[in-house]
Amino acid sequence: MNQIPFIPIALIILVLPLIGFFFTLLFGKKIKQMYLFETGIITTALGLSIYMAFMKLMYYANEKIVSELTWIDLGSTKAFGKISVDLGMMIDNVTVLMLFVVCLISTLVHLFSIEYMKGDKRYNRYFSYLGIFTFSMLGIVFTHNMLMMYIFWELVGLSSYLLIGFWFEKKSASDASKKAFVVNRVGDFGMLAGILILFANYHTFTFDKVFAQISQGVLPFNSEFWLTAMGILLFCGAIGKSAQFPLHVWLPDAMEGPTPVSALIHAATMVAAGVYLTVRIFPLLTGDALLFIATIGAISSFIPATIALTQNDIKKVLAYSTISQLGYMVMALGVGAYAYGFFHLVTHAFFKAGLFLGSGSVIHAMHHEQDIRQMGGLKKKLPITYTTFLIFSLAISGIPLTSGFLSKDGILASAYAFGNLTGYKIFAISGFLVALMTAFYMFRLLILTFHGEPRNEEKYHHAHESPALMTMPLVLLAILSIFAFYTINPLSAQTGWVLKDWLKTPASVVPEHARYSFMVQKHDEKPEAAVKHEEAVAEKPAAESEHTIIHSEEYTEALHHAHYPAMFLSLAVAGLGILFAFIMYFWRKINADKLADSVKPLYKFSLNKWYFDEFYDFAFVNGTLLLSRFLAWFDSTIVDGIVNGSAVVTRQLSKLSGLFDTYVVDGLVNLSATLSGLLGIFTRKFQTGKVQTYIIMVVFSLVALLFILMNYGI
Amino acid sequence: MTDMSTLSTFLTHIGLGHFLFISGMLFSLGIYGVVTRKNAVMVLMGIELILNSANINFVAFARYGNYGFHGQLAALFVIILAAAESAIALAIVLNIYKTFNNVNVDEIDKLRE
Repeated sequence: MNQIPFIPIALIILVLPLIGFFFTLLFGKKIKQMYLFETGIITTALGLSIYMAFMKLMYYANEKIVSELTWIDLGSTKAFGKISVDLGMMIDNVTVLMLFVVCLISTLVHLFSIEYMKGDKRYNRYFSYLGIFTFSMLGIVFTHNMLMMYIFWELVGLSSYLLIGFWFEKKSASDASKKAFVVNRVGDFGMLAGILILFANYHTFTFDKVFAQISQGVLPFNSEFWLTAMGILLFCGAIGKSAQFPLHVWLPDAMEGPTPVSALIHAATMVAAGVYLTVRIFPLLTGDALLFIATIGAISSFIPATIALTQNDIKKVLAYSTISQLGYMVMALGVGAYAYGFFHLVTHAFFKAGLFLGSGSVIHAMHHEQDIRQMGGLKKKLPITYTTFLIFSLAISGIPLTSGFLSKDGILASAYAFGNLTGYKIFAISGFLVALMTAFYMFRLLILTFHGEPRNEEKYHHAHESPALMTMPLVLLAILSIFAFYTINPLSAQTGWVLKDWLKTPASVVPEHARYSFMVQKHDEKPEAAVKHEEAVAEKPAAESEHTIIHSEEYTEALHHAHYPAMFLSLAVAGLGILFAFIMYFWRKINADKLADSVKPLYKFSLNKWYFDEFYDFAFVNGTLLLSRFLAWFDSTIVDGIVNGSAVVTRQLSKLSGLFDTYVVDGLVNLSATLSGLLGIFTRKFQTGKVQTYIIMVVFSLVALLFILMNYGI
Repeated sequence: MTDMSTLSTFLTHIGLGHFLFISGMLFSLGIYGVVTRKNAVMVLMGIELILNSANINFVAFARYGNYGFHGQLAALFVIILAAAESAIALAIVLNIYKTFNNVNVDEIDKLRE
C-alpha cells in the first residue's frame, strides 16, 4: 500500500517517551544529567513525527493506515461472528497533525523546563513525569479503538495528577491534584458507561467497525435514543478532560503545578484529549448529541470568559481563557464544523502553549510572583517575552494575520451559518460575546503585566529577561502563530491546505433523519459497501468513500454567506475588546475600580468564579460528607452493633460451653480419676509388703486355680 | 461301699497314698510355718519342710510309678539345692539383721514403698 513504514515509526514514537520515563525515573537520582536524556528522547520523537507528518500529509493525505492485532479472543458466537478485543493503531491526517502538535509542545516544554525548573530537588523526576504524560497522550493520538483510548485516557489522568501535585509539599498543590483527579473520574464514569453500551451492542471497540455497523442501521438497543445517549456519555469523558462546563472546576486549580506543565496540559496533552476524543467519535454523534455538545461548548466558552475578566493571577486568567477556547472547539464540533474545531485545537495549542510559557518566563523573572497587580512595565525588561506575548494575545483575540484569526473566524462563521440554518442563533451570539471578552481580558493581562509603571519596584528591579533556552520556544511558537503556516490567504483558511486537503469532515454514520439536515452523505458507493460490509471492515477498515463528507449545498452556501458578516463582526468585537482594555488600563480614561464598584454584584460574581467551587462544596462535598457521616453512623451503630451483638452472643455461648466443660466433661474425667483412686486405695490394702501375706495369697490362689482347673478345665 | 473299701485299704495297706498324705502334711506344715513364723530363720525352716515334702513325692512316685531311679535323683538334686538355698538365705538373713537389727519378717515391709 505504501513504501513508508508508518506503523513501525509510529510505534517507535509511542515507545520513546515511555523509555525516557523509565530510565529517567530509575537513574534520575544517581545520574544528574538524565534530564538531557529525556529531552533528547522527546526531541527524537519530534523529529520522527515531523518526518511522518510530512510524508503522510504530502504523499498519502487521502489514506488511512490501520494496523491491528487481536489482544483477547473472545471466541465466536452464532449471532455476531468472531468477537475479539483488538489493539491497533490508526494513522490519518488528524492523527499526524495531533502527533506533531503533541511532540512539538512537549519538546518545547522540556527545553523550557530545563531552565525554569533548575534547582528543583526532584528535577529529574519532573522530566520523567513529562515523559509519561507525553506517552499517555501519544497513546490516545494513535489508538484506533475505544478501549485503548480509555486506557491511555486514565494514564493521562494519572500523569496530570503527578504533575499538578508535583510540588506536593504545598497543601494547595496536593489538593489541586486530587481535585483534578476526582473531577476527571466523574467524567470518565460517563465515558465508561458509553464504552460499555458500545461494546454490549457492537461487540467491538474499534471505531471503524462500530461506524460501519451503525451505517448498516444497527442501533444500540434498537433505538436512536440510545445512540444519542451513547454519544453524550462518551462525550462525558471529554467534559471531564477538556474541562467543559459542569466539570471545569479542576482546571484553574491545576495552575498549582509548575508553569511549563500548565502549558503542556493546556495546549497539547490533557485538555486536547477531550476534543480529540470528540473528533474521533464525531461520525456516530446524532443531531441531538451534537446539539448537546454545542450547548455545553457554548456555556463553557461563556462562563469562564466572564470569570477571566476579573482574575488577578496571571495563570488563572490564562486557565479560564483555556476553558473558554476549549468551549469554542467543542461548540464548533457541536455545530458540525469538524474541521474548524480541530483546526482551532491545533492553532490554540501553539498560542496557548506560548502564552503559558510566556507567563512562565514572566513568573521566572519576577521570582515566582503571579499577581498581575504586582507587575507592570515589564516591557523594557523582558523584550522577547513581551513581543511573543503580544503575538499570542493577538492570535487568541482573533486579529488577522494570526493563526487564531483563521480558526476562530471559521468557528464563528460556522456558528453563524448554523444559526441561520437551524434557528439556534444563540451559539453565534455567545461566540461573539466571548470573542469580545477574550480580546478584553487578554489585553488587560498584557497591559497590566508589561505596560505602565512598575507597581512593585523591588521585584521590577530584579526582573531580567529569561535565558535563551526559555525564549527560544516562545519565538518558535510565535512563528507558528502566523497565518502563513496554514494558508496563503490571511483572511480565510477555507482555501488553505490544512482545511482543503488535510482535514475532511468524516461522514456521519447515524441514520439520515437523526442527523443535522445539512449533513448529507455521498451515496454513490454505498450499496457496494452495504453488501460486503463484513469483508470491508476486516480488510479495508476505511473505504475512502466513507471518509469524505460533502456538506449539503445549502450548508456550503450558508457558510459562504456567513463568512464575511462573521469576519467583520468578529473583527469588530475583537477591536472593541482591545479598545476597552486600552481605555481602562492603558489610558486609564475609565477607572476600573469604580466600574467594578458600580456593578459590584456582577464583579463579585465573576471574581468568585460564579461561586462554582462554593456550590460544589455545598452540594457535592457537603452532600458526600453528610452521606459519609450517615454511613459512618450506620457503620458504628448498626453494623458494629450487629458485630458486637454477635460477639456478646458468642461470649455467652462460650461461657455456657465453658461451664459444660468444667462441670460435665471435667466432672466425668475427675469422676473416673476419683474412681481409680478409690480402686487404688482398695487394692493397695493387698500390697502389704509383707512376704508372708504374699505367700498366703499365692498359696490360696494356687489352690483356687488348681480347684478350678480340676473341676472345669482339662 | 467303695468309700468304705478305699478307707479300709488305706488303713490296712501302706501304699502311695500314705506317702502322698505324709508329703501333703509336711507341705501344709511348711506353708504354715512360712506364713505364721515371725522369725526369718523359722520361715526358712518352713521352706525346708516344703522342699522335703517334695522329696517324699519324688521318691514315692519313683517307687510306685516304676520310673527307675529318676525320682531319687531328683530328690538328691533337691537336697543339694536346699543346702545351697539355705546357705544363701541365711546370708540374706544376716544382712537383713545388719540392716534392720532384727529378723522379724512382718516388720520388714520395705517392699511396700
